[in-house]
Amino acid sequence: MKTTEIVEKLGLKVYSGAHGLDREIKGCYVSDLLSDVMGNADADYLWITLQTHKNVMAVASLKDLAGVILVSGLEPEPDVILQSDEEGIPILGTDMPTFQIAGKLFELIR
Amino acid sequence: MNLFKADLHIHTVLSPCGDLEMSPRMIVNTAAIRGIDILGVTDHNSTKHGKVISKLAVEKGIFTLCGAEVTTREEVHCLAYFENFDALDDFQQYLDKHLTPVKNDPKIFGYQVVVDEHEQILEFEERLLISSLDQGIDQVAAKVHSLGGIFIPAHINRGKFSLLSQLGFIPPDLKADAFEITRATTPEQMRNKFPYVAKSSFITSSDAHWPDAIGSSFSMFRMETRSFTEIMKALHNLDQRMVFPANFATA
Repeated sequence: MKTTEIVEKLGLKVYSGAHGLDREIKGCYVSDLLSDVMGNADADYLWITLQTHKNVMAVASLKDLAGVILVSGLEPEPDVILQSDEEGIPILGTDMPTFQIAGKLFELIR
Repeated sequence: MNLFKADLHIHTVLSPCGDLEMSPRMIVNTAAIRGIDILGVTDHNSTKHGKVISKLAVEKGIFTLCGAEVTTREEVHCLAYFENFDALDDFQQYLDKHLTPVKNDPKIFGYQVVVDEHEQILEFEERLLISSLDQGIDQVAAKVHSLGGIFIPAHINRGKFSLLSQLGFIPPDLKADAFEITRATTPEQMRNKFPYVAKSSFITSSDAHWPDAIGSSFSMFRMETRSFTEIMKALHNLDQRMVFPANFATA
């Protein structure tokens, strides 16, 4: 499934990096510890987190993730948006908390 | 130039995890016995024991750096120190405003008490002090610096509540005056891993929560005298002042 379909089906906000939406995703990883994501997320994964620090974008880039979903209405910081647009790694958002959005995404892509 | 032994990371009985033995007087007396020249008072998200420890420390010839160990929104622990009580009070107001309001349950987390020099209880802190602020690490750093303070991310190589555990790596543009490491690594390892902090200073401290840990790890400052300005210079390697970690375990 492509990120763009997931955005549509789950009603996600697209904060930035929209030109990276047309990408086939291979899975999802949920974690708020960036050290853990660096160790355990895989390329073409979506990443669900509540962290908004600019290191989020660096980790997403390093791991070649398909995109980041911020939970609970949290918004990315301005420099995160800038980097996301540059690299074409979308920052998405939802008002749902982690459990709900992860559950819905799991149902979609399992 | 002189050498001074500094333990810049000490919790008091005010921290929920701080031992009940960690009264201001006990801390100062123990620090004096261990030959500590500079003492950093860093309770979790509170500055309220700084003044009484300063007062007692002066009597023992110890210089005090008053501050706190702040929990940022990312749950990164960061040490902050201030030059005078006005700045310290301003920072306390900032902590009061931004600490996530959770009530402490002493049965689970332990008591959080403010005491005086005679160990009389002045105040029970009701809010759980190990909660985080609603402020990100860059915001906290900016606040500390706006008050002329020193900002040092704590135990950055630890597996929890650290810069590396929470944020994966040292953010290259983080405005830190130095970095605190534990004895599990060395400044050389950190500088090799993160070349962009090659010129930064690294300190080690005890992170003492009970009396016997005070001074069990410390740093050495090379400077003229003990003052906030001299310490800031040493952290930034200015005018031949410097600081180096002195990992060292007592028996």
